[in-house]
Order: sequence, then C-alpha cells, then structure tokens
Amino acid sequence: MARVPVQFTLNGQERAEFVESGVTLLHALRDTMGDTSPKGGCQQGACGACSVIVDGELRLSCLTLAETCEGASIETAAGLASEGVLHPLQRAIVDGFAAQCGFCTPGMIMAAKTLLDHTPNPTREDVIEAISGNICRCTGYEPIIQAVLKAARSNSQKAG
Amino acid sequence: MSLAVQTYSSVRDASDALKPDGICYLGGGTLVVRAVNEGDVSITGYVRSTAPTLQTIDITEGRATIGASVTMAAVLGNAGLAGLHPVAKAVGGPTVRNMATVGGNLFAPAPYGDFTVGLLALEATVHGADGESPIEDFLAGRDDRRKRGIVTAVSLDVPSAGVLRFLKVSRVKPRGVSVVTIAAALALDDANKVKSARIALGCMADRPIRAQAAEQALIGCKLEKDDIRNAVAVIGEGTNPITDPVASAWYRSEVLPVHFSRLLLG
Repeated sequence: MARVPVQFTLNGQERAEFVESGVTLLHALRDTMGDTSPKGGCQQGACGACSVIVDGELRLSCLTLAETCEGASIETAAGLASEGVLHPLQRAIVDGFAAQCGFCTPGMIMAAKTLLDHTPNPTREDVIEAISGNICRCTGYEPIIQAVLKAARSNSQKAG
Repeated sequence: MSLAVQTYSSVRDASDALKPDGICYLGGGTLVVRAVNEGDVSITGYVRSTAPTLQTIDITEGRATIGASVTMAAVLGNAGLAGLHPVAKAVGGPTVRNMATVGGNLFAPAPYGDFTVGLLALEATVHGADGESPIEDFLAGRDDRRKRGIVTAVSLDVPSAGVLRFLKVSRVKPRGVSVVTIAAALALDDANKVKSARIALGCMADRPIRAQAAEQALIGCKLEKDDIRNAVAVIGEGTNPITDPVASAWYRSEVLPVHFSRLLLG
C-alpha cells in the first residue's frame, strides 16, 4: 500500500510523517506519531473514546482519515498539561474521582474542552449535551458532569 | 485496512472517478469509514471532492440550497435554516454532527438517516453531477451509483416555523438510535383544518418512506383526537419496518400510531 505524506500541527508542534494511504487519524496518531491518548474503542463513531479537536471542532479520529487533516491544527488530551501542571479539566476529573478505568477519559476531556472553549459558563444541560456522544461504562456520568462544571467555575474564577 | 484516497477539486472529476466498483465517495466519514472499520471488503477506495460549492448554504427568495458536504453542525449554525434545526439536532451527538453531512445522510441506511426523513416531508430536490430529481425518486434509486453520479446539493423551500413537526423516538437519552422517526409537513386552512400533508417515516423501511394513506386521511381534519383517528389507523400502511438490536419490526409497528398521534396532537 502506498504511503503518503501528511503534515499538521499536533498539540502546537509541527509534525510531518508518511502514513499509509487511507489510514485513520486515530491510527496515525497512535501508531505513527506516538500519541496514545485517543483510544480506539468501537471504531464505529459510537463511543467517543477517540475524540480529538481538529481546527477547534470535536471530531472522531477513528472515522477521520489522516490525509483529510493536511494543514490542520489537532489537539489531543496528551497536549493539555503544561510543564507538569494538569489542565483544569484534568485536575477536576482527578479530584472528583470522575475516572475509573480511564478508557473514556481522554475523549471525554476533549469533548468537555470543546464545550468550555465555546461556552465558558455552561449549564448542566450544556454539559450533558456536550458529552452525549461519549460513553462511560464505569462512573454513571454524574462525577464527570460535576467535574466539568467545577472546571468551568475554576476557569471563570481565574478569568475574574 | 488502508485504502487509496483520490481527491479532486472538481465535482465532475470526482463523479467520474466514482464509477468503478468498490470506490465510495468520502463525505464526513461517518458511514463509509465506519463500514471499512467494520470489515466491509467491498469498499476498495475513497473518492472525495474539495469543491467549495459542496460546502455552501445559499438561501435565495425562500429557497435553500444546501451543499452535500455541509455538516449537521453547519445547518445548526445557520439561522436561516431554523426550521430544520430540530431535524439536524436529532442526528447523533455533537461529534457526529461536526462530521456527518447532508449528502451522506441521504444514503444512511435505517435506523440512521433522520435528516433525510425531514427532507422527504419537506419535498426536497436532490441535485447531482448528472442532474436533479425529487427526493422520493432519488431514494428509490439511490443504490444505483453508476446512473446518478455524486450528489452535490439538496434544495427545498425554507420551512416557516411550525410547518414541520418532527419526532425522533429513541430509548437512550439524550442521543440514541431511532426506534421510529416521523416528520410531518402540514398546512392548515383558516378553519384550522389540514389542507395539505406530507408525512415521512424513518425505520419503517430500509430507507425513509412516505405515509401516503395517512396523508390523505388527514386532509380536512382538525388536529384533534377524534378527527385524526382515521389517519392514525392507517399510518402503518405500506411500511416494512426494520428489526435491529434497538427494536423489532413488530415493536416499531405497534408504537408508530402512538407516536404519530402524539406528534399531531402535541
């Protein structure tokens, strides 16, 4: 199978790699670029574990072809912590025991980050809607909803 | 499995490249890449087009033309298409809506394709590289790729608020797969009686279909319990519902009249 060049920004860093033609962004990130934060769950677009942000929009990396991301800016959960300090969403998830097995967590965090990027002060309904494409089989969702709301409050306190 | 991707700036070139067996058009990826991930070996390659017209929404003199690559999120972001927002919002979760396209939805097999149910009730026209056709004709022949070429847009009269009644019934809240989807475009006269009705159903066949018996039975009726009784009784006429892990064909048949009645009276 032919290999094709792809070039995009991954968590603020320029990356240029050769990938197999037609490979998904999920596999390009995990197998070629060493970013294993997006998880391969259902591979059907149903679980949300592979969610990443592409040019500011949440996307399912298991259904996105790497070649269609040429020139894009891609954010994954691996790029959120800065100089050893967790992102407020990550901190809130840890503090609120909102991760159990942790498999859904990176996708859940990226879905929540997209929400907070666009809606800094979300309602509970906004949070439920934002994570409605992400499945968690451990927590029953409530700790996750509370963690996202807490991170939003923490962000607004900092901004204030 | 990895497959070759052919990208064309021209719609015509993309349409021509789609002719060989096994080559599929790549829109948002929510259907085709999903099928490949599932192990569908009949798909041997992707074709896509970056033509800007495919991503355009144009509203002129009450007529909307929506490019085939326009996503559900883009429909939701367009205030001129407010009448379609409840329909677009019924498609998947937010991530799927960022990817799923209007063109792709036309090909979504049941239980998917909720947006197309709305388009069918609103009497949309499907535009392709090789001409245009009423959505009903398009749906009947949508499997014949060689004849139709790629879909470039859909057009429809912009629905005024309240014209389209839309209901997607699912078991998982807030976003689940459809048990049954119903769209009804109703026009009432001065006496509040139905003067025209166009009703479309999802999951009641392998693709969205019209409920023509119920449409006829509704003419001249007020939207009141006693008046709509005949229409409710025939809503299942001509249907052949799907059976899937969400619901059996029997269950879908049983609940359709209940939800249709609620949609009309709600």
